[in-house]
Amino acid sequence: MKQLNRLQWDKFVPVLVMLTLLVGSFSNEKFLTTSNMTFLIQSIGEIMLIAFSMTFLIIAGEIDLSVSSTAALSSCTLGFVWQHTSNIPLAVLSALAVGFVCGAINGLLVTKLGLQSLAVTIGTLALYRGLCFALLGDNRLTPFPTSFTSLNFKGLFGTWVPYVVVPLVVFGVAFGVVLHATRLGRWVFAIGQSKDAARFVGISVQRTVLAMFITNGLMAGVAGVIYTIRFASARPDGAVGMELEVIAAALFAGVSIFGGVGTMWAVASSVAFLGSIRSLLRLKGANANELTIVTGSLLLVSVVIPAIGVRVSGRRHSRSPLRGALDPAPTGGADLGNRGTPDEPQVLARP
Amino acid sequence: MNKNLTRYAAVGLALTLLGACGSDSKSSSDTQAATATEAGGTTAGGTTPSAGGTGGALKTGLTIAIIPKAINNAYFDAAFVGAQKACTELGATCEQVGPTEATGAAQTEFINTEIQKGVDAIVISAADADSVTPSLQQAKAAGITVVTYDADVNDTTARLAMIKPTTPDLIASSQDKWISDAIGPDGGEIAILSAAATAENQNAWIELMKKDLAANYPKLTLVDTVYGDDDAAKSADKAAALLQSHPNLKGIISPTTVGVAATAKYISGSEFKGKVQVTGLGLPSEMKAYLKDGTVKTVGLWDPGMLGYLGVYAAVNAASGNDLKAGFAGGDQTYTPDGDGVVIVGPPAEFTAANVDQFKF
Repeated sequence: MKQLNRLQWDKFVPVLVMLTLLVGSFSNEKFLTTSNMTFLIQSIGEIMLIAFSMTFLIIAGEIDLSVSSTAALSSCTLGFVWQHTSNIPLAVLSALAVGFVCGAINGLLVTKLGLQSLAVTIGTLALYRGLCFALLGDNRLTPFPTSFTSLNFKGLFGTWVPYVVVPLVVFGVAFGVVLHATRLGRWVFAIGQSKDAARFVGISVQRTVLAMFITNGLMAGVAGVIYTIRFASARPDGAVGMELEVIAAALFAGVSIFGGVGTMWAVASSVAFLGSIRSLLRLKGANANELTIVTGSLLLVSVVIPAIGVRVSGRRHSRSPLRGALDPAPTGGADLGNRGTPDEPQVLARP
Repeated sequence: MNKNLTRYAAVGLALTLLGACGSDSKSSSDTQAATATEAGGTTAGGTTPSAGGTGGALKTGLTIAIIPKAINNAYFDAAFVGAQKACTELGATCEQVGPTEATGAAQTEFINTEIQKGVDAIVISAADADSVTPSLQQAKAAGITVVTYDADVNDTTARLAMIKPTTPDLIASSQDKWISDAIGPDGGEIAILSAAATAENQNAWIELMKKDLAANYPKLTLVDTVYGDDDAAKSADKAAALLQSHPNLKGIISPTTVGVAATAKYISGSEFKGKVQVTGLGLPSEMKAYLKDGTVKTVGLWDPGMLGYLGVYAAVNAASGNDLKAGFAGGDQTYTPDGDGVVIVGPPAEFTAANVDQFKF
C-alpha cells in the first residue's frame, strides 16, 4: 500500500512539470521560449546535480547539510589554483578533489564515529564555509579566462540548449539507474528502511553510507565548478543556502525524510517544477516576497495534504502503512534510519 | 482509489494557490505587456522633443526595470521614488524588481527575467561587483540599455553609465561651507565629531576638509577632532566634552548621521543653542526637529532619489540612441559622464528648515 501511495505522487511530479510548462506557455508568451528555457535550465543546474546524490542519502536515512559550503569551497579552490598555476584542468581537478575530501570527512565522521549526519553536517556546513574565507579572505577571484567562463553562454552545437544539460542528463541517468535498477540501489532503500535489518542480510551499511557521502561531496564539487563558470567568479560567500533548496526539492518529490522511500525521476522533476514556477511567477511580475511565500506554501502543501489523506484512509484500514511515520514514534527523531516497519522490507525480497 | 483522490486534491489545491497568485499579478503584467508592445510599435514615431541639453529626441513608452541590491530596503525605496518621478516625466514605465537577499546570484535570476520580458533598460545597483556581470553582458547582447546606480560592476563594459551620489571632495567642501555660512564672516574655533577613529570614509573626508579649510577659510580654526564611534550616547558625551574644553568654540561638524543627530540633540537642550553651530551629514527625518527649532541651520546628505532619477534619465537617453558621453539632460541640469562612464550627481543635498519636509528618508 505504501508503495502504491508514494508511486502515485512520484508519477504526478513529472506531470506537474508538464502542466506548469503548458499553463505557462498560455499565460505568458515569454515563458516557453528557447531563451527562457536556457535561463531556466542554467538556474536549476547546480541544485539538480546535488539533488541527485542527496536523494541517495535521504533515502538511506541520512542527510548532508554541508553541500552549499562544499560547493563554495570547491569554487574557491578552483579560483585559488587557477590564480597560482594558470592551469584550468588542474584547477577543476583540485576543485573536484576538494568535493571528494569534504564528502569523505562527513562520511567518515558518520560511519566510523557513529555520529548523526544532521549534527556532523551542520558542523561541516560552518567549517567548510570558514575554510572558504581562510582561502580567499574577503576577496573574490574573477580573472578567469573567457574561454572557460563563456561556456555559460554557449549552447550545445550552437543551439539554445545550455552545456549544463550534458552533466544533468549523464548524471541523472546514471544515478537513476543505480538507484532503481541495481543491487546497490536496493541496498540504499534497505538501509533507509532499517539499518539493523540491512546489516542482518549482509549489506555493508558503513561502506555504502561512506560511498554515498563521498559521492555527494563530489557532486557538490561539480556544482561548485558550474557555479564558478556561471557567475565568472569564485567567492567565499557563494552558493549560500543552496542546501535548503536541494533538500526542499527532494522532500517535495516525496522522498521521505525518515528514509526508505523516494524516486530519482520525481526528484529531477521536482527541481524542474520549482524552477519553472519561480521563472513563470517572475515573468508575471511577482516580487521576491511573493515568490518566497508561494514556494513555501507549495512545500507545505506537498507534505501536509498527502499526510492528511493517509491519516483519513488509515482510519478505514486496520493497519495504516504510514502510521509509523505520522504518529510520534517512541524512538523520536533520534534514529532517522529506523522507520519501525521492519516487517515490510519488500526491497529485500530479491537478493 | 481513495488515495489517488487525495493526491489529486493536493495537486488541485496547489494549482489553485498558483492560480490565485497568478491572477493577482495578472493585471499589472498585462499592463506591462501592453506598454512593451506600444514601445515596440512606437520606435519610429512616439518621441518627444528633448528636455534640453545635448542629444536628440527621447523615446517615450520605454519599459525600465529598476533592480536594487535587495527589496524591502528604505534606501532603495527612496531611490525608486526618484526613478518613478523620472519615468513620469519621460513617459516611461518603470518597475522595481529584486531579490530579498542582496547577493549577485539572486540578482542574476531577476536580470535574466527582465531580459526575457524584453525591457528596454535595466538600472541596477550591483549587489556584487562581479557575479552579475555575465548576466548584464547577456542583457547588453540582447540590446538592453544597462545603467548602474549606487553600486557599480567591476567590468565597466557591462554598463553604459554609473550614477554615483557624490565625491569625497564635494562632501568635504560642502560641510566646510555649511559651517562657515552658519558661523558667519567672523569665523572662530571649530571642532569635528567623527564616527570611529578607524572609519575610513570619515577619515578621508576629514583630511579633505582640513585642506579645504586651510585653503579657503582662513578665519576658521580647527581645534579638535573627537570620535563618538557612531554611538548616540557616546557622541553626545563627546559633544559635551568639546563644549567644556573649548569655551570659544563656534561650531561642530559631524560627518556621520549618528554623530550629527546626537550633537544637535545635546545642543538643542543646552545653553549653547544658537551660540554653537552644528552641521554635518544627517538624515532629514532625524534632523527635522533640530532644523525647525533653529539649533541647526543646514545639514546635508546625498539624496538616494537622485540616483534613481538620473539612472532613468541616463537609461532613456541611451535607449533613445543618444551618446551619453556628449552629456545628457537630467531634469533641469546637464550631466556629463567621465572617461569611465561615471556620472556624479553633485554636491550633497542641503536640508534646511524650509525644505526638509520634502525629503522622505
